[in-house]
Amino acid sequence: MAEEAILGYLAKNEEIADSGEFAAKHGLDHDDVVNVIKSLHGFQYVDAQDIKRETWVLTDEGNMYAAAGSPEGQLFFAVPAEGGIPREELQKKLSPLVFKIGCAQAAKNKWVDMGKQVSRKVKHVEDRVKDLLLQIKDGQVIDQDDIKALKGRKLIAPQTWNGYSVKKGPSYAPQRKKFVADLTREMLQSGDWKNLEFKEYNFNAKGQPIEGGHLHPLNKVRHQLRMIFLQMGFEEMPTDRFVESSFWNFDALFQPQQHPARDAHDTFYLKAPSTTKELPEDYVERVKRVHESGGYGSRGYDYNWSRDEANKNLLRTHTTAVSSRMLYMLAQKPFTPKRYFSIDRVFRNEAVDRTHLAEFHQIEGLICDRGLTLGDLIGVLHDFFSRLGMAKLRFKPAYNPYTEPSMEIFSYHEGFGKWVEVGNSGMFRPEMLLPMGLPEDVRVIAWGLSLERPTMILYGINNIRDLFGHKVDLGLIKINPICGLGV
Amino acid sequence: MPTVSVGRDRLFAALGKTYTQEEFEDLCFRFGIELDDVTTEKAIIRKEKHLEEEEADEDEEVIYKIEVPANRYDLLCLEGIAQALRVFNGKQEIPTYKVANISRESMIKMHVKPETSSIRPYVVCAVLRGITFDEGSYNSFIDLQDKLHQNICRRRTLVAIGTHDLDTLHRPFTYEALPPSNINFVPLKQVKNFRADELMEFYKSDLKLKKFLHIIENSPVYPVIYDHNRTVLSLPPIINSAHSAITLKTKNVFIECTATDLTKAKIVLNTVVTTFSEYCERKFEIEPVEVIYSDGKSYTYPELSVYNMGVSLSYITGAIGVPLEAEKVTSLLNRMQLHAEQSVSGDRSTINVSVPPTRSDVLHPCDVMEDVAIAYGYNNIKDIAVAKGYNISKGRAVSLKPLRLEEFSHLIRLEMAMCGFTEVLSFILCSLGDNFAMINHEDDGSTAVIIENPRSSENETARTNLMSGILKTVGQNKAHPKPIKIFEVGDVVLLDETKDVGATNRRQLAALYCGATAGYEIIHGLVERIMQVIGLVPPDDITTYYLKPSNEPEFLRGTQASIVYKGKQVGTSGIVHPEVLSKFDIPDPCSYFELNIQCFL
Repeated sequence: MAEEAILGYLAKNEEIADSGEFAAKHGLDHDDVVNVIKSLHGFQYVDAQDIKRETWVLTDEGNMYAAAGSPEGQLFFAVPAEGGIPREELQKKLSPLVFKIGCAQAAKNKWVDMGKQVSRKVKHVEDRVKDLLLQIKDGQVIDQDDIKALKGRKLIAPQTWNGYSVKKGPSYAPQRKKFVADLTREMLQSGDWKNLEFKEYNFNAKGQPIEGGHLHPLNKVRHQLRMIFLQMGFEEMPTDRFVESSFWNFDALFQPQQHPARDAHDTFYLKAPSTTKELPEDYVERVKRVHESGGYGSRGYDYNWSRDEANKNLLRTHTTAVSSRMLYMLAQKPFTPKRYFSIDRVFRNEAVDRTHLAEFHQIEGLICDRGLTLGDLIGVLHDFFSRLGMAKLRFKPAYNPYTEPSMEIFSYHEGFGKWVEVGNSGMFRPEMLLPMGLPEDVRVIAWGLSLERPTMILYGINNIRDLFGHKVDLGLIKINPICGLGV
Repeated sequence: MPTVSVGRDRLFAALGKTYTQEEFEDLCFRFGIELDDVTTEKAIIRKEKHLEEEEADEDEEVIYKIEVPANRYDLLCLEGIAQALRVFNGKQEIPTYKVANISRESMIKMHVKPETSSIRPYVVCAVLRGITFDEGSYNSFIDLQDKLHQNICRRRTLVAIGTHDLDTLHRPFTYEALPPSNINFVPLKQVKNFRADELMEFYKSDLKLKKFLHIIENSPVYPVIYDHNRTVLSLPPIINSAHSAITLKTKNVFIECTATDLTKAKIVLNTVVTTFSEYCERKFEIEPVEVIYSDGKSYTYPELSVYNMGVSLSYITGAIGVPLEAEKVTSLLNRMQLHAEQSVSGDRSTINVSVPPTRSDVLHPCDVMEDVAIAYGYNNIKDIAVAKGYNISKGRAVSLKPLRLEEFSHLIRLEMAMCGFTEVLSFILCSLGDNFAMINHEDDGSTAVIIENPRSSENETARTNLMSGILKTVGQNKAHPKPIKIFEVGDVVLLDETKDVGATNRRQLAALYCGATAGYEIIHGLVERIMQVIGLVPPDDITTYYLKPSNEPEFLRGTQASIVYKGKQVGTSGIVHPEVLSKFDIPDPCSYFELNIQCFL
């Protein structure tokens, strides 16, 4: 109604000078008119300028007196025209407030005599206060002195009146176009969409969160690494055996039985099943000999090798336990070169902290072929690590019981501004390979690293327990980006 | 890897050169040791006492903590590191160690009594004559023994070292094993005489020594070394006597190493005497001691003979992948303290290497090859390798088969995520309580492996189900908006008599729904979806798989079913039992299924 009136009026007239007057003239509620103006202004149909006016409104008390008369008037009319009335009786006729104010004002106006007996002093009075109040209520302008008096008696209060003056806006139209929030099936069927304006989308607001499934970040990285290995022509080793014998985990790797890594401080041994029941006996014999007295060009470690120690079951401390089984199996057939990899869980009986857990994932790659060199190892490491975004590598001599030479791999981390260790590598010792039965000119180059460390660096995670295990926040799993390794 | 603390200034003095930290780090990197930390004596003490970091005094001696390879016992002290680096830098010739040429009669003798064979059967000895200690070298001498004890000696179980002021003792010596009550002496750092059994009791409160008591504690006889006058030298592997303690003024040091492993005892003795013979009047010369066993067999120690190894030149260059002349190889080996010379027979060029007694780590020609590579520089090989490209499989086309289990697991994980579930990754290791009692199961000992030496109860077993890990995840994520929809694909470990090691892994899939209601219908639908993508369609084909009402304690009665495939139960499903939920502190209802997916391969 109001919208039609305003737009219609502006079609013929230049301006609505005062929305208040406009509302009164058209019999509209001013509040409705204001709301429509605001909305039309928002869509630039009209240009609205604020108008402010100070007006007076009656207070609650003022309203009361406008209806019932001023207290002094009420008091006057309560006094009989002839004779008088005892004060106590008069008091009973009026409310305490009216009586109190009435007494004071009537006396001041010299309308009544205030004693024990109250009587009129004049015959007629005019209740001017009531008249003034009625005039204000009616919106009439009254004398400033009267305003002051009424304000003094807290019968009126100032109020700011807000209205607008309105002109046509840049998008003025005699009728407002309809905006719709979304396209519906009905609009398509009826063809209404042609006449509709679509509400402009607020691109600053967030879109609706997407419900869906999510993969774990560690497994995302793991998958990319599997892809990298496959692209490099590596075959995945079956690593689904967490329980392993000390033999395959240590002895087969020429790791002496007193080696600190075999300590209960570092390795989880098993109470059940405590020992392994089956090992390839002739191979065990060759391993025993190479530990005790060497052979294959080696001095050996010169100690008494214990079968019981080799039979002890443990949770594998590295996936190299699987590599040793794979290489042994490879040696039982006519030789073919192999490239193997695995990424799986390993276990260490270590104290747990921000970067260490009792279980983590090891990434391992190895190449088994005739005539491999340290140069080949360095070459394949450059290929592998550059796919992980680590183009700058250097190598430090290191010690590992089953590789010789051994090289720690360092990569220059631009963010940290320094060289950081990213993995270990080496050539498996002949004392490991030859007892398996591999030909003498076959060499194996291998490298390993943890899955957790690169993942933590990639996703900016500082505490390993925020990445892996039951304390991980599900919310974080859901916001991890895709893993771009190898992409 | 062992770490050795050395005073920086003393080290640089020994190297004859002052380095910036960066230069020194680079030298270490090339040689294969690592500058692990730079600190001061006071900072170490502050750290031990957990005191606040204070401003370091300018005059505090800077200490380098250097990490050395675990098999290089010769690098366990400043003298060894300094010598190795001097030789590496070409600033020193390789020293030649020799045994002093003295007649058998004038040789100090150590008689071994047969009783020692039951507790600690071997002893090897030697004498450093005319040694001059200063405070630095004296401390280094003590530190080296400590480092050896911690490493090759395996905390004194395999070998224990005793060093004595020879001039306070009377030869010959005896190595005996006696009942503890028969042994009396004043131990090092004490003033009072102790009986050996009392001494063991006394040391139970000694933070450092109590760790070694177990080695002999339960033996009826303790090993002990006496001199001619029945003065105790030491009660190995626990403590030396105060009487023969060495001091800064000691001129002649008697060294005994008692052992259960003779090879390691010889290595330890050689390491101590060769390293400190540089402070002797006759540099690099060690006086031998004859050890005589009760069966009359006698041995002279130290054995300082070199070990000769012939290594073919083509092996070295072939394995490194860099063509090198024989002269180059021998000079590179000299920098690694290995004497080497070329010998030619026919067209085969052999490098004859003399491995000194200090290099017990050299076992095989591959160790020699590595030393050539290190001296040549690992990072110099890089350029050559990159230039020629690496040559693996020699152009053969490689056709690989994927590993079915891993590929299949990957596809299942993708399907689960496509179904709107989020992947979690929980631990294999858990407590027995988590694995059984927490999900209302009893451990009958027939399924789970048991870890013998867990550091905490969290590591008592390997999981036999994925349920505990998933429920723990929900318990830790109570604030996460509902519904929670999670899954895991992972291995459980089960006892298995048919396997060589007696246990086997099995790949499982599990998923959980947690919301305002248990929502079993969602889990049910998920099972059907997974079966559908595997290629099984219910319920028409009851010969493949179906759900069968079950009665498992982890689920609520009447709202659970086993998953049966080809007549065998391969999974469970149901509304998680409220008791189980409460044990995991989960306030919301959950439905769950777990399935052996390996059986579908």
